[in-house]
Amino acid sequence: MNDKPITGEKKVFMTGNEVVAWAALAAGAEVMFGYPITPQNEIMHYWTRLAPKYGRKFLQTEDELSAGFTLIGGVLAGKKAFTATAGPGNVLMQEPMSMAEAMRIPTVAVIQQRGGPSTATVIYSQQEVNLTCFGGNGEGLRVVYSTSSHQELFDYTIKAFNTAWKYRFPTFVLADGYQAKMRESLVIYDPFEKMEMVEPEPFVGKPGTPGVDRKPAHLRNAYSVEEELYEALSKDIADYEKAVPELVEHESFNTEESELLVIAHGVVYRSAAMAVKELAEEGRKVGYFRPITLRPFPQEQLKEAARKAKQILVVESAYGQLYRLVRENLYGADIPLKTMFMPGVGITPEEVREKCVALLDGKEA
Amino acid sequence: MVEILPKMPKSWNPESKPHKFCPGCGHGLVLKALGQAIDELGIQDRVVFGCDIGCSLLSWDFFNVDTVQTHHGRTTPVMVGIKRANPNLVVVAYMGDGGGYAIGSQHLVNAATRNEKITCILVNNTNYAMTGGQMAPTTMPGQKTETTPYGRDVEETGYPMLGPEMVAAITREGAYAARGSVAKFAQLKKYIKKALENQMAGRGFSFVEALSTCPTNWRTNAAQTWQFIEETMTKYFPLGEFKVPEGKED
Ligand SMILES: Cc1ncc(C[n+]2csc(CCOP(=O)(O)OP(=O)(O)O)c2C)c(N)n1
Ligand code: SF4
Ligand SMILES: [Mg+2]
Repeated sequence: MNDKPITGEKKVFMTGNEVVAWAALAAGAEVMFGYPITPQNEIMHYWTRLAPKYGRKFLQTEDELSAGFTLIGGVLAGKKAFTATAGPGNVLMQEPMSMAEAMRIPTVAVIQQRGGPSTATVIYSQQEVNLTCFGGNGEGLRVVYSTSSHQELFDYTIKAFNTAWKYRFPTFVLADGYQAKMRESLVIYDPFEKMEMVEPEPFVGKPGTPGVDRKPAHLRNAYSVEEELYEALSKDIADYEKAVPELVEHESFNTEESELLVIAHGVVYRSAAMAVKELAEEGRKVGYFRPITLRPFPQEQLKEAARKAKQILVVESAYGQLYRLVRENLYGADIPLKTMFMPGVGITPEEVREKCVALLDGKEA
Repeated sequence: MVEILPKMPKSWNPESKPHKFCPGCGHGLVLKALGQAIDELGIQDRVVFGCDIGCSLLSWDFFNVDTVQTHHGRTTPVMVGIKRANPNLVVVAYMGDGGGYAIGSQHLVNAATRNEKITCILVNNTNYAMTGGQMAPTTMPGQKTETTPYGRDVEETGYPMLGPEMVAAITREGAYAARGSVAKFAQLKKYIKKALENQMAGRGFSFVEALSTCPTNWRTNAAQTWQFIEETMTKYFPLGEFKVPEGKED
């Protein structure tokens, strides 16, 4: 059996779902747990075709609750493991992710956002930002990478495993139906040749008899008194806060020169970036800021990027989910916030350009 | 007078004893049977114990074996994930009748159908004990609980769920399904041991329901408690083995 799915580098042209399967393989993921839902199905389809060739495993569960909880089991046994879901599946996934958050279990989940609420469309949206960042009855101690291209899907799926196992917070790759189904060219590679890969480690079933050779693992998520919970949570929150500077990632352009700052994430950022670059070339004072991590949010970096801005435009395929993050993280900055919300609908560079021009020309308040 | 203390199973965690269950609770006896079975099979270093949310949670530090608290109803999939990722471990999913037959029933049905190589031990105390004694899928006709204050009306809420019978019906050769009772300790222990051995042999899904006492929510004294489990419960929940792999019959 071959154990290196990719050697060196390889230029390929494939769909995003195929990219995710290859990235998980390349990262050394040993098992995927999943339940069918569009638009992530092909991640499972590619995985089930590729996995046996490299000694990897798959389980199709009875629902996303089970996919999430079996995923937790696989991780507890010390395997790099992952799942993929979307929409209503992401809703069910929040129960296990809340347990992963409480117990610091390094799960990896790829979310291919589809329209919402409810069943909505199987196509595309950016409406799972709230859910993926803050779902569950907790504080959102997770890492969420919002990708915008197939290259990023590959890079960040690999990174998600390293982040999860290094920091022990559930980690998400947040993409969408467009990224899932589109074909693009990218370079896939063996990450073990390129970077330090974080090794997994079992939480249960370590060598030795518990109580004799070692302490038993008694892993908890339930507490009898408030103070006990507060103590456990305070430690997790402190760990999370400490990791924030190492985790946050963003991209920005022309912020020193811009009176209008456009903020977008994921695939919408690509439209925004195209429009902004075009306008900047034409001499307009416009730049962009793109958070790559939505959790934790690059707050200092956004504040810095917005220093010169006279107005900000938030563009998203949702009704204010990114906007709320921006507002919260810009608190105290006295800059008018303009919006372009198209929930569940794709946004073209032309549409962003038109909006930017109107704002720059003062034709739109 | 010489006081003879019962011997504590080696796999028990002495630091968490006396245990946290109410006086007269059956959970302790089920766990004693499990502890003895683990000792006799010599698998303390390989067992991973998962406890559901319910009074089962009170067993989270009961054993000196690796233990995971899960969510209400979700112990079965967590143990499935552990077992699939490391088949050398012997996993035990420990849950109540609410956890296994109501909120987690899809996991029980599908784990059984897939013939997952895990052992489920389900404590049937005919109610949701931890939350204060509401109706469970196992509440018997006419039985009073906090949410059936006039007695369970089968027209409205159906008949008690028969777990091992269902598991036996939906599984293929290799699975094990039995119902024991804390009132018949030796038999219960035998069933639990067989369920563990069946997993270790890689034969299939192994399920034991244990009839258990809950004097707190039944509001019964010692004599009434014993009568309830031995006479009333066994009318609806017959003891015995419902599915035994070939060659493993008594
Ligand atoms: C999702 C969810 N719903 C409800 C609860 C509340 N809850 C905790 S324990 C329990 C019932 C436990 O009953 P059972 O499974 O029969 O165990 P027992 O306490 O009787 O041993 C419930 C409903 C919960 N913890 N999680
Ligand atoms: S409430 Fe019932 S099941 Fe729970 S510990 Fe007390 S006696 Fe046992
Ligand atoms: Mg119960």
